[in-house]
Amino acid sequence: MTQAPPAPEATPPPPPPPSAMDTAAGVGSSLLRSLVMPALALVVALVIGAIIIAFSDVNNVPLLFEDPGAALSAMAREVVAAYKALFVGAVGSVYAISETLFAATPLILASLGVALGFRAGLFNIGAQGQMLIGAMSAVWVGIYVDLPTPLHVLLAILAGLIGGMVWGGIAGLLKARTGAHEVITTIMFNFIALYLVQWLLSIPLFQEAGRNNPVSTAIRPTAQLSPIFGGSYRVTLGFAIALVAVFFVYWLLYRSSWGFEFRAIGLNPQAGAYAGMGVATAVTLAMAIAGGLAGVAGANQVMGLAPYKATTALAGSVGFDAITVALLGRSHPIGVLWAALLFGALKAGGRQMQGAAQIPLDLVVVLQALIVIFVAAPALVRAIFRMKGVAEKPAQMTKGWGA
Amino acid sequence: MTLELQGITKTFPGVVANDDVSLAVGEGEVVALLGENGAGKSTLMNVLYGLYKPDKGTVAIDGEEIELNSSRDAIAAGIGMVHQHFMLVPVFTVAENVILGQEPAGPMGVIKQESAHQIVSEISERYGLRVDPEAVIEDLPVGLQQRVEIIKVLNREARYVIFDEPTAVLTPQEVEEFFKILRGLQEDGKGIIFITHKLGEALEVADRIAVMRAGKKVAEVSPGETNEEALAELMVGRPVELVVPKDASSPGDTVLEVKDVVVLDDRGHRAVNGVSFEVRAGEIVGIAGVQGNGQTELIEGITGLRPTLGGTVMLQGTDVTDYSPRHLHNAGISHIPEDRQESGLVLGFTVAENMVLDSYYEAPFSRGIIMNWGAVEETAERLVEQYDVRTPGVNVPVSNLSGGNQQKVIVAREFDREVALVVASQPTRGIDVGSIEYIHSQIVAKRDAGAAVLVVSSELEEVTALADRVLVLYHGRIAGEFAPDADITDIGLAMLGSAAS
Repeated sequence: MTQAPPAPEATPPPPPPPSAMDTAAGVGSSLLRSLVMPALALVVALVIGAIIIAFSDVNNVPLLFEDPGAALSAMAREVVAAYKALFVGAVGSVYAISETLFAATPLILASLGVALGFRAGLFNIGAQGQMLIGAMSAVWVGIYVDLPTPLHVLLAILAGLIGGMVWGGIAGLLKARTGAHEVITTIMFNFIALYLVQWLLSIPLFQEAGRNNPVSTAIRPTAQLSPIFGGSYRVTLGFAIALVAVFFVYWLLYRSSWGFEFRAIGLNPQAGAYAGMGVATAVTLAMAIAGGLAGVAGANQVMGLAPYKATTALAGSVGFDAITVALLGRSHPIGVLWAALLFGALKAGGRQMQGAAQIPLDLVVVLQALIVIFVAAPALVRAIFRMKGVAEKPAQMTKGWGA
Repeated sequence: MTLELQGITKTFPGVVANDDVSLAVGEGEVVALLGENGAGKSTLMNVLYGLYKPDKGTVAIDGEEIELNSSRDAIAAGIGMVHQHFMLVPVFTVAENVILGQEPAGPMGVIKQESAHQIVSEISERYGLRVDPEAVIEDLPVGLQQRVEIIKVLNREARYVIFDEPTAVLTPQEVEEFFKILRGLQEDGKGIIFITHKLGEALEVADRIAVMRAGKKVAEVSPGETNEEALAELMVGRPVELVVPKDASSPGDTVLEVKDVVVLDDRGHRAVNGVSFEVRAGEIVGIAGVQGNGQTELIEGITGLRPTLGGTVMLQGTDVTDYSPRHLHNAGISHIPEDRQESGLVLGFTVAENMVLDSYYEAPFSRGIIMNWGAVEETAERLVEQYDVRTPGVNVPVSNLSGGNQQKVIVAREFDREVALVVASQPTRGIDVGSIEYIHSQIVAKRDAGAAVLVVSSELEEVTALADRVLVLYHGRIAGEFAPDADITDIGLAMLGSAAS
């Protein structure tokens, strides 16, 4: 009955009159509107990034007092050079596009897992650990199973899927059975996965002969994901798998009865229980599928990248970036695809920017953070562009911590 | 001293929410603002409270026009509002909530707890609003939480107080207490606007009654010159049946048999302590009682949402004690849950999705795990038509619908199949007269079609109007059984646990 904010301003105004809401035009424009905010957020982030670039050259600052004109033009030159390099590095050539897609591939997969969890009301922080376990499962198949190419790849991907599902599913089961909060368990399972993998990589089962650091034997060539643009480009079949996963998650959420349950329980678990849904089963299943998607992302990190060996660093920061990407994509599979492509482009372009314009790669991280902040705070962007309009509802992410 | 709204017009895209509405309230006067959900009452009050800017029209105090750009302006002008959903911090004490926003602070910003207490005690005493300043909000019943809201408003020195549906969440006893408080405020010279859709209440407390329909003020009458029927007709725009028309029941076989059932509440107390009764085909059994006497737990126990500690629940001769909700759904139980927004609906889902919330897994809505949205939409469209749900379409979020229409979505979903037993908990709480009339007729129709019906309501009139037999629940036990035309005082006494029988 009680609501937290004491301010009378917090009165929810009555819902906007339900007219012209159901028309096709309404639906179309809402789709367009959902793209406007991220686009404007990107613009604002790039502007702030430009200011950072302008001041990153320490020589420009004293120059600003001696000869402002020269300083400003020097700054402008640097900004243009940096962003040009960023753009060219992201989409300026076939190679650049390949690099973008290559970087986006694991992000798409892992973020889909996180987004699926959000839809079911679960805050899955465990993509990192699920990736590691998925990767090790795929590596085992890649090393020890002898099969011709397409089958071997499929089996290894399947192993990654199952490994991730088990890892995610355990957290789901704990939540369903004991009420242990998934944020806590998945964080802990990240640590368990990391040290488990470190140990696995130091026993003969996995460790490359003659090594004393934790690196696995390379998987057989038959289990490697083949490049799709030819050998000199790094993007592989993994990207195609990620696209299939986007379609699959969309289908699961919006075209299957499981997805109906996930979404219902994510929005209102009490109503789910009242309607006879097995809330515990759904929670376990959703976490398992989320883990499976991250597991495939992990498999991709070994199967799609020379030298095709597993290390403890194979997941990089993908498992955590996935949370950001899922939020940016508003937990919708298509949104996640675009957000992951954007992050992939920033990553690919950022390397070029570092090489050509001597702007550290870290700026890309700053840009990513700024984009997310502005997407998360649409009121800020609206204020900057002096937009009026009805406040849009934030995407449903998770229920409270105690739930 | 008069607060006046003159010629207020407020439009939203496609809808005129207020059309040239004028309203005045004077010192020591209670004006009831009566109207169905969506008639424009809330919009008008939000204009008055500075939350909306009207397209046309003015707000004036004593003939002097005032500018209201935010609720802060309204508060400064002496206008206070007690919202339907309370704006309290659940983990703070009464005193802390009352001073929130204008904390009396000493040096270093330390809050003076004693003066906070003093403020609360003073106001409590002056208006008879008894409440412990030390109590934590979340431990208080709703009626007391409302008092805290009122104290908050009084502490800000409001001269005009708007109450938005203040009785919707109160038990009959709390309503009586509330009316006493209202009279106290009136005697103190406060001007009061009382938003409601309950006709009896408007007649009981108001000096004047303003009726709104479809954005317009259609009448302003004094209680002496009108009655419930006339008001209902003004509100709805057509004559309304306030009495549920139904023939005598002809009960058949026993459908539901509840025997010695014990159910615990969330705190582990025996909320239901050995309840036995039966409901036969073709009859409506009503459960009356002051809220919190085990009704919620009893219904949750019967419908599989809460485990029972003892006793049996038999459905058509089969022991269904502690069956899962889905199992019971398939065994032939329809359930209208107590709280439509908490458990009856997924508010973020569309009307169509909510229409299949408990049957989505069955043909024709899905085959295997593949949903057939075509079939879902088709069924939803038919149900919307058949059950008179007012919605611009089936793919609109159900949260856009009014309370009455949300409840109709649930009724449509639960009633559109052959069932042996209908369990309806607070079927018409907080909804408009037109929808109440409609839902009551649907419940009677279900009975006449041969279903056993169990109705629980905290409104005694609803139980006696609908039921063929009335059971009174008091402290988790059946405190008496009555015919629906029994003396209301006897039923009332049983509800208070002092039945002579």
